[in-house]
Amino acid sequence: MLNRIWHVAVAAAVIAGAPMAATAQSGGTIKIGVLHSLSGTMAISETTLKDTILMMVDDVNKKGGLLGKKVEAVVVDPASNWPLFAEKARDLLAKEKVAAVFGCWTSVSRKSVLPVFEELNGLLFYPVQYEGEESSRNVFYTGAAPNQQAIPAVEYLMDNEGGAAKRWVLEGTDYVYPRTTNKILEAFLKSKGVAPDDIKINYTPFGHSDWQTEVAAIKSFASAGKKTAVVSTINGDANVPFYKELANAGIKASDIPVVAFSVGEEELAGIDTKNLVGHLAAWNYFESVKNPTNDAFIKQWRDFIKNPKRVTNDPMEAHYIGFKMWVQAVRQAGTTDVDAVRQAMYGQKVKAPSGFVAVMNTNHHLSKPVMIGEIQANGQFDVVWQTKEAIKADAWSPYLPEDKGKIADWTYPWVCGNCTAPKYAD
Amino acid sequence: MAPSPTYAFSRALWGRALRAAKRVRVLRLAAFVLLAIAGTTSARADEFSTLLSDLASSSFADKERAVIALGRLGDERAVGVMTALKDGRLIKAPDGRILVSDATRLTDPVTGADVSGVAGDTADRIRVNNRLRGAIEGALGELTLFSSDPAARLAAAQDALRHPFADQAARLEKGIAAEKDPAIRAAMEQSLLASRLFAGTSAEKLAAVRALGTTTDPQIKNLLDQFRAAPETDPDLRQAADAALGSIQNRLRLVGLAASLFEGISLGSILLLAAIGLAITFGVMGVINMAHGEMIMLGAYAAYVCQQLFRSFLPPAWIDGYLVLAVPVAFLFTGAVGVALERSVIRFLYGRPLETLLATWGVSLILQQAVRSIFGSPNREVSNPTWMTGGFDPIGGFTITWNRLVIILFCLIVLGALALILNRTRFGLHMRAVTQNRPMASVMGIPSARIDALTFGLGSGIAGMAGVALSQIGNVSPNLGTIYIVDSFLVVVFGGVGNLMGTLVGALSLGIVNKFLEPVAGAILGKIVVLVAIILFIQRRPRGLFALRGRTAEAGA
Repeated sequence: MLNRIWHVAVAAAVIAGAPMAATAQSGGTIKIGVLHSLSGTMAISETTLKDTILMMVDDVNKKGGLLGKKVEAVVVDPASNWPLFAEKARDLLAKEKVAAVFGCWTSVSRKSVLPVFEELNGLLFYPVQYEGEESSRNVFYTGAAPNQQAIPAVEYLMDNEGGAAKRWVLEGTDYVYPRTTNKILEAFLKSKGVAPDDIKINYTPFGHSDWQTEVAAIKSFASAGKKTAVVSTINGDANVPFYKELANAGIKASDIPVVAFSVGEEELAGIDTKNLVGHLAAWNYFESVKNPTNDAFIKQWRDFIKNPKRVTNDPMEAHYIGFKMWVQAVRQAGTTDVDAVRQAMYGQKVKAPSGFVAVMNTNHHLSKPVMIGEIQANGQFDVVWQTKEAIKADAWSPYLPEDKGKIADWTYPWVCGNCTAPKYAD
Repeated sequence: MAPSPTYAFSRALWGRALRAAKRVRVLRLAAFVLLAIAGTTSARADEFSTLLSDLASSSFADKERAVIALGRLGDERAVGVMTALKDGRLIKAPDGRILVSDATRLTDPVTGADVSGVAGDTADRIRVNNRLRGAIEGALGELTLFSSDPAARLAAAQDALRHPFADQAARLEKGIAAEKDPAIRAAMEQSLLASRLFAGTSAEKLAAVRALGTTTDPQIKNLLDQFRAAPETDPDLRQAADAALGSIQNRLRLVGLAASLFEGISLGSILLLAAIGLAITFGVMGVINMAHGEMIMLGAYAAYVCQQLFRSFLPPAWIDGYLVLAVPVAFLFTGAVGVALERSVIRFLYGRPLETLLATWGVSLILQQAVRSIFGSPNREVSNPTWMTGGFDPIGGFTITWNRLVIILFCLIVLGALALILNRTRFGLHMRAVTQNRPMASVMGIPSARIDALTFGLGSGIAGMAGVALSQIGNVSPNLGTIYIVDSFLVVVFGGVGNLMGTLVGALSLGIVNKFLEPVAGAILGKIVVLVAIILFIQRRPRGLFALRGRTAEAGA
């Protein structure tokens, strides 16, 4: 009997996995890998990114392919399991021989695949805002570095227009991204003259679901006679209960604004935002931005996913930019060879849905605009502040003493992501 | 001593209000001249519509000035305009008119007439930011302090604490003299004291500090802290402020303990709800049911589906009732899934715990993936009905949120009903008989197979109802179950397998201990400490808090 059950289970698993296996056939095609979790905790955010890449591949094929060949996406599911990311990455590079991989969301997963990409000389496009402090020869970072998201957001809240906050709560999920970001923010705040007593840092585990204590602590920290703001690096599933508690506890944005770095349109779709109006998020793109490129991007997405209500978000835009740049670089190089494509990537420009031109720099990070948006009752963001031009990402933070003098530059004479002196000197 | 930034901040706030008042006085003078020339109504209307068009300025600073001036105008129409502005319903038509948009219609705030012929997508919504929102709240408070609606007056009196406006003291005094409702009058008096802290004579300040020292409100503490940070030269005042702060601090500490207790009970009630179903399937039947979490998840999705049905097929006024329907729907649906699961899988595996564990784990994966395929992997939005939104402040200093209070009550009702079913009904009797001694129960004519299926169905159905409750405080996603499965097993094992009372005590004590540890040790360390404590406890008492004794326990194990 048990046997029969297992047969059913195995059959179900095979059926579920079938569409992915089917796309992995190869012929006279260029293969790219898609390394996003389709199950487990991160599936919520990453599934959309897989669909974004499929949409971009579809688009390139409709327009005649790349170098006369069809592009084919090989989709694998690392299941929100960090070591499995490394295994799947090895499969993609060694077995499937993909030309580039688009993938990862959490910094833990990126750190887990990094050695594989460096060993096998692969190319990874990483689309999510992250903590910086890294520049690998084999990774192009299309999300924001701290100076393109965290620092401007805090500066905005310090400013009169943002409410002139004097006291800060840094609330984060306990892993590498929030810890590093908060380390940078703490150093930044201190450099701006904020007293250590006016900074409160707190961490909660992944998937934390009971926020009563934390929200009460924020309330009491904010009642010390100074305007208080909360900087949230809470990630994934924990956000919904956090915002529900915040709304019900009556914390209004005009009293204690909360700015989040990991909450976008997709995450808001799971929350009733009526009581959260005015809380903030900092990104490089919002769906509500008005320009022709964005209108076309939104339409393309809704047509592809066949759902007129699906939202777009910042990491999707980053994948859009990353994929377009990769296509341009392959065309320019005339080959998908990793070393040639890498050289062709530098200086590559793409007109982005944010309304700005994104540029790939020699530190493997983008120049992008920074936008601060306020949550609206309809689940979208209103941009209340943005930079006048695209900001160049710093791989290494100028606010951390241990980063002093570190340079990321992959062109001659530096050719290094983490050096204080050029590799070549004449 | 140099002025501290805090003091500067509060001064700036007051200064802003006072400056605005001066500006408005100039405007009023202009209006007065106009009035002499052109007559009352048109001048007021002109001023109103000029300020209205200023609201559409591209600079937030200009908008803020317009908002403050509108507040000082004392025009009833401004209330509608500002509420609309705050809610993002104020729009600018292509011809430059400022209009208020409602769900169904557009109105011109100047004339109050309906407007047609402006397409929704050609109009620009006027944007606000948090600073502007604060100014609007202040201006609205000023406008509604004498409103005929008591709720508006109360809100205005309370808002005056956070967003002081010009001439506040004088207006509040007038308000207090006219106010009949004691609760509103108390709020006004408190706000009046607060405003005297910054703009009164020395004697008034001293009296205000002393009176405010008897309250228990973090907002008052906030104001006193600001006041204390100011370079106050009068030693009496400083001393009084320190004493007031000290006594508020002491009371807030006590309130903090009460808050921790409530938080603990609330967390306990959630753990209990999540675990009751498992207390039956695992505790009573002995099935190691790894798919229990997915039953909770299915219940949450049932709530989501009910909400969507109400939204699409019933009038909007009925939406608050969706939860009432969701509870029985979730119970019946997950109960049916439970019965099907028992009939198709689990009944073949009684007495083989390892195989049951693997099979139910497989079922849980299948259910997760099925939900992911049907609803998609992003979170689904389940909103609190209005009667479960927000909270109230019973003693000052901590908020009891309605959704948590309702869940605590719901949890008690579920537990009570279950105890009744188990102890007072025929089905309950059969259930206990079968689980205690299956062959003997069969001999007595009890249809044991049917009872097994129904018992498993009951446990699953209760898990489904827990899912409805959990949808009110957290995520509704395919992973919902995996968050609660470990905690559920922890509660059941800690409380004593096969014992409902144990589950209750286990859940509540875990919740309360967690919430008292968390502020001291932090969420992560707190969790570790609790886990280690439970491991040690289970080492000493392997059967949990309330161990069943005798033959029943042997048969159940």
